[in-house]
Amino acid sequence: KSSVQTIGEEQIQNPYTELLVLKGHQDIVRFLVQIDDCRFASAGDDGIIILWNAQTGEKLHELHGHTHKITAIASFSSSDVTEEKTDLIITASADRTVIVWDCTSGRQVQKVSCFHSTVKCLTVLQRLNVWLSGGSDLCVWNRKLDLLCKTSHLTDAGISALVELPKNCVAAAVGKELIIFRLSASNNGSEGWNILEVKRLVDHQDNISSLVSVNDLTFVTGSHIGELIVWDALDCTKQASECNFWDSSVHPDVQPEIKLSQSPHETSVQHLTSDEECVFAAVGKGIYVYNLQMKRVIACQRTAHDSSVLHIEKLPNRQLISCSEDGSVRIWELREKQQLPAEPVPTGFFNMWGFGRANKQVNQAAKKMQENTPVYFLELVGDLIGHSSAVQMFLYFGELGLATCSADHLIILWKDGERESSLRSLTLFKKLAQSGDLQLKL
Amino acid sequence: MISAPDVVAFTREEELEDDLYREPPLPEEYSVPLFPFAGQGANPWAKVAGSKFTRDFILISEFSEQVGPQPLLTIPDDARVSGTFDLNYFSLRIMSVDYQASFVGHPPGSAYPKLNFVEDSKVVLGDSKEGAFAYVHHLTLYDLEARGFVRPFCMAYISADEHKIMQQFQELSTEFSKASECLKTGNRKAFANELEKKLKDLDYTRTVLHNETEQQKKANDKGYYTTQAIEKANELASVEKSIIEHQDLLRQIRSYPYRKLKDSEFHPYEPECALDRADVGRDQDLTASDPAEPCETHLYTHVPSYTPKLIKAKSAKCFDKKLKTLEELCDVYFFTQTLDQLHHIERTFRGDVCYLLTEQISRALLKQQSVTNFLFEDVSFLDEKPPEKQYRGCQGPGQDAIDEKCSEESLAPKVVISLGSYKSSVECVPIKMEQEMEDSEEPKMSESVMSEHQENLDYLDADIKGSISSGESIEVLGTEKSGSGLTKSESQASLPVMPSPQAGRSKVGSRRTVSEDSIEVLSTCPSESLIPEDFKASYPSAINEEPYVDDDEGGLRFAPRVNPGVDEGQDDVSKQESLVQVDAACCIGKESPNFLEPLPELGQKPCEEDGVVRIPPQPYRPAEQGLRGGFPSHEGPSGGLLPYELDSRYLTGSREVSKSSLDECSDSTSYISSAASTCSDRTPSPAHLACAAGERHRKRAGQNALRFIRQYPFAHPAIYSLLSGRTLVVLGEDEAMVKKLVTALSIFVPNCGMYAKPVKHWVTSALHLVDFQKWKLIGLQRAVSPAGVNVLHALSRYSRYLSILDADSKTLRCPLYKGTVVARLADHRTQIKRGSTYYMHVQSILTQLCSKAFLFTFCHHLHLPISEREPEESVVNRRMNFLKLQLGLANEDIKIVQYLAELLKLHYIQEPGRGGNPLLRFDYVPSFLYKI
Repeated sequence: KSSVQTIGEEQIQNPYTELLVLKGHQDIVRFLVQIDDCRFASAGDDGIIILWNAQTGEKLHELHGHTHKITAIASFSSSDVTEEKTDLIITASADRTVIVWDCTSGRQVQKVSCFHSTVKCLTVLQRLNVWLSGGSDLCVWNRKLDLLCKTSHLTDAGISALVELPKNCVAAAVGKELIIFRLSASNNGSEGWNILEVKRLVDHQDNISSLVSVNDLTFVTGSHIGELIVWDALDCTKQASECNFWDSSVHPDVQPEIKLSQSPHETSVQHLTSDEECVFAAVGKGIYVYNLQMKRVIACQRTAHDSSVLHIEKLPNRQLISCSEDGSVRIWELREKQQLPAEPVPTGFFNMWGFGRANKQVNQAAKKMQENTPVYFLELVGDLIGHSSAVQMFLYFGELGLATCSADHLIILWKDGERESSLRSLTLFKKLAQSGDLQLKL
Repeated sequence: MISAPDVVAFTREEELEDDLYREPPLPEEYSVPLFPFAGQGANPWAKVAGSKFTRDFILISEFSEQVGPQPLLTIPDDARVSGTFDLNYFSLRIMSVDYQASFVGHPPGSAYPKLNFVEDSKVVLGDSKEGAFAYVHHLTLYDLEARGFVRPFCMAYISADEHKIMQQFQELSTEFSKASECLKTGNRKAFANELEKKLKDLDYTRTVLHNETEQQKKANDKGYYTTQAIEKANELASVEKSIIEHQDLLRQIRSYPYRKLKDSEFHPYEPECALDRADVGRDQDLTASDPAEPCETHLYTHVPSYTPKLIKAKSAKCFDKKLKTLEELCDVYFFTQTLDQLHHIERTFRGDVCYLLTEQISRALLKQQSVTNFLFEDVSFLDEKPPEKQYRGCQGPGQDAIDEKCSEESLAPKVVISLGSYKSSVECVPIKMEQEMEDSEEPKMSESVMSEHQENLDYLDADIKGSISSGESIEVLGTEKSGSGLTKSESQASLPVMPSPQAGRSKVGSRRTVSEDSIEVLSTCPSESLIPEDFKASYPSAINEEPYVDDDEGGLRFAPRVNPGVDEGQDDVSKQESLVQVDAACCIGKESPNFLEPLPELGQKPCEEDGVVRIPPQPYRPAEQGLRGGFPSHEGPSGGLLPYELDSRYLTGSREVSKSSLDECSDSTSYISSAASTCSDRTPSPAHLACAAGERHRKRAGQNALRFIRQYPFAHPAIYSLLSGRTLVVLGEDEAMVKKLVTALSIFVPNCGMYAKPVKHWVTSALHLVDFQKWKLIGLQRAVSPAGVNVLHALSRYSRYLSILDADSKTLRCPLYKGTVVARLADHRTQIKRGSTYYMHVQSILTQLCSKAFLFTFCHHLHLPISEREPEESVVNRRMNFLKLQLGLANEDIKIVQYLAELLKLHYIQEPGRGGNPLLRFDYVPSFLYKI
């Protein structure tokens, strides 16, 4: 029995009614990174990086250079530099190399192969015009790929995640620990940088699986056993923590059987994302919305997908997109439920909202929410089915659409059919005007 | 007694009633005559009685110098086809009107024999006795052993339907020209080979003779030559002379392509199969300015090693030797190519003429729908080489400005650039002229002349234009032989004044009576020359025969054979040509008395600029000539859509139609000429093979579709799915059944581009998203294996993109359809019985849809705001209003048109170089399960 909420074939709010399948990769596509408004790069286990036009789906460049799978990718745009604008992408691979590519020409700018271990994460500090690579140690590089400084060997496992913090700090997740480093210009030279370990935070019980910065003041970490800790970014103290938030005791409307079927894998915080108010966590198969102000989970969808949610992103329009190992992408909307205590609500109504299967529970929930605080819930607005295997990641391009990449070697560009249609009309009339066919043929 | 008055009254009443209801008898002129052959099976489409063959066929005959005209082969090679039809007799007849001047040999004043590169001639013959009408294509092939080195052949398309021949004349001519060109190319190659062998032989002979002479010289030192020695020396000399002659011949045959190339119309035959050869040609194309040269010379280089033999001084007597067969004459490869081409011609022109015409018209019309035709039309047809390539840019009436130029260029006649062709056209005329003149002057006399000729039948060879071979009277209904090289002014100058048309008309009548058992030369069009329309226009009453009387002797002296000494010069030529033109006009006049009334404007048509717009000879139709006379102004440049107009245009190809104002004139001229070019190009060859196959496919698909809509009550939503671009999967265990369903449904699938239809007949593996992008109709295997489970799983996963027709359980899962278009498209109570008819019905409705989609796509204001400030919503509203109110679409029909419009847009904006990513568009709409 699947408790996954489903939406029928009628999805009025789903704007994606046109799709383009982009073929090019030979293996799992794991990473998508946006270069600018209309370009993105994809990379995966085949070691190839491909640049695409997000509007037309045209393949712009195919970058070959890595011999093993790609482990990290970051784009490095130098818009702040007054010179000509160059878009770079940096890729790290299991072959222990990092390559910097020029996106315009599709050429390899430089290749570094002095690593002792695989680089697992890359972060660009735009402000400082440097980038960091995290493997078994943390290295700081400038645009020209000069090694500015590096830490000592930290751990064999390596850094799994990096996030930029204010005051030239970075937080690195190393196993269960969270290490804060501070970058500082060295005293003796203008080009020299030093990196110092500032703090080691050992509050997590298990490996930290995700790390995200919410704003200048806070960042959030999540671990494999479902701990979620909110940190103060300035002094690196724990602001709040939520563990066991899958626990039904926290949420009155949880079905008891969910508790029984828990396993570490199902509670791992796969991915975190946030807006100013909330942190959205992909935990196991579910999606949880944690409000920073209220310091509690305000809405959740325990089984949002059939299997683990791999990536989650908040859209500007209160929508949330999640993708999962089950090969589907779902669009959710965070809605505020009106308090309607007097009116008994018909079953069909709630079912349509997808809140619960049984009308009793809904009613119970409604009764319990007697306080004035608004009640939120996640409503399934649409789902995108196209990939035949796990959807690893997606990239939201605003009105250009949505790019998803998957283990089936494909990238799919999902587009708003209406918009595309009118764009085509526009192109058509432009072309007609250009070729002068308007007069002759019509 | 009481009852009696009642009875009377009653009967009277009845009578009265009867009178009331009885219609007055039709006036005689309105009554339709009974079908004359009603007795022999009431089907008016049954073969015209009197013809002794069951269907059209192609006959190849030769005028053998040993046995006279003889049939060689027929296509199809089936005795049943020609039936009791006397091929020998017919061969005799068609060969006897041979045009050939084919003067080869030693022309007076020339030291060496000269090869004459003769143009083919194209004649239409009728034999009313046999009930046979034929398009006859005469050609000559070279044979070293033949008299004058030439062997006259002809290919004839024989049909019982005179109209068919006349109306398809242009097409027949084009196709037969290809066959002829193929034969001749092969023949030139073979001839060159033969010459080379002969040269080697001669060379060898010379060496031998030389040695012998030397020996004799040495042997006898008496100081005088023995007769033997003199003989040897003579022999040697003759061999040497022969060598020079043959070398000259070889040079001539090899120079043929060069000479021909000056001729704009010459398309050297390039074998399609021999790619390497073509490649060679193409490669050298870049370097050499002359494309045919490498080809042909290349052909000649493959000479197998050959051991020369001694040639005896005296060759065998003409009748002893065995003449080469056609196959030997033209090289096996080319021979088979020709046969293929002829088979193809036979297939193309099979069937009733109205069918052929409809087909041609619809093709021509489809060509014009260049924006939408890719959606539902045959890919094979669209894949045809664009007409520009073959016919130099005469696409259709759309591009008047360009066309006028192009057509002038492309229609530029085969003007007499090479002397050979000039001669031939000159030479072939006079006899016909004679014939015509004698004939027209007085039937009796012509008869006597002919009987005289009859005696000479045995002497007939290629040189004597044997139009006069038969004992019965031969009626030349029309010859269209234009001296196209002429400028109009010349021809006008040389023309005498025309008397009244009356005489001509009366004669027509009288001649018709004689034609009982006669060969009628309905029309001859040697070469792609043109009807001198200008000429006709200036002398509308040129139908009269009287000028011939004046010119009688003139006509006679044109025949160079008859009167070789006459050296009249250019003037005469022009004169004679002008006569021919009169002739041409004349024949048309004879056919349609209406035309005789001179149209007042026509006569005043001044000579235009120097460039004469030339129009190819068009098959004319007597019936419509009159029609055209009745509505001279219907040929506006806008009215290109009614088939009947199209017809009348191309049947006349005439310029005199609407010349009321100069503007209109130039307009219509270009239009007409472009139309003419479309009709000449509407049956280009490469499409035909595919067409024949497509024909069968269409029929079968139509039949299956008909069965489908009758069997399945949910045919409508299924067809809607296809039309709206939702992939339909036909699921079933039985491959044959699934494929049948797929074939049936394939006629409803719009094409996404110029590629093959997005239809996949049979798939056994699980489907993927990519498949739905590529295929819009898929036949899928249902298997019980684990793989089969996967297949079903994939189906359910992607069900939102699919409609699934389960052929086994007879269910359909697809969105609801409530529109009206499909109901018209697939009415299960339809009275249509035949697959092909149903196919046409479907095509017509789909074409309607296409036109709606076209309108929708290309209406500017439906997609873009009229003013800058206009909100998007109002544009959307306007769009929906247009779809609903203007196009009258209801519910889901809108989706169909929108999808088609989307395809049109994609097609139009697609960069020609890039294939473009295939899109998958879909809707989030609920599906329903339909059961029988």
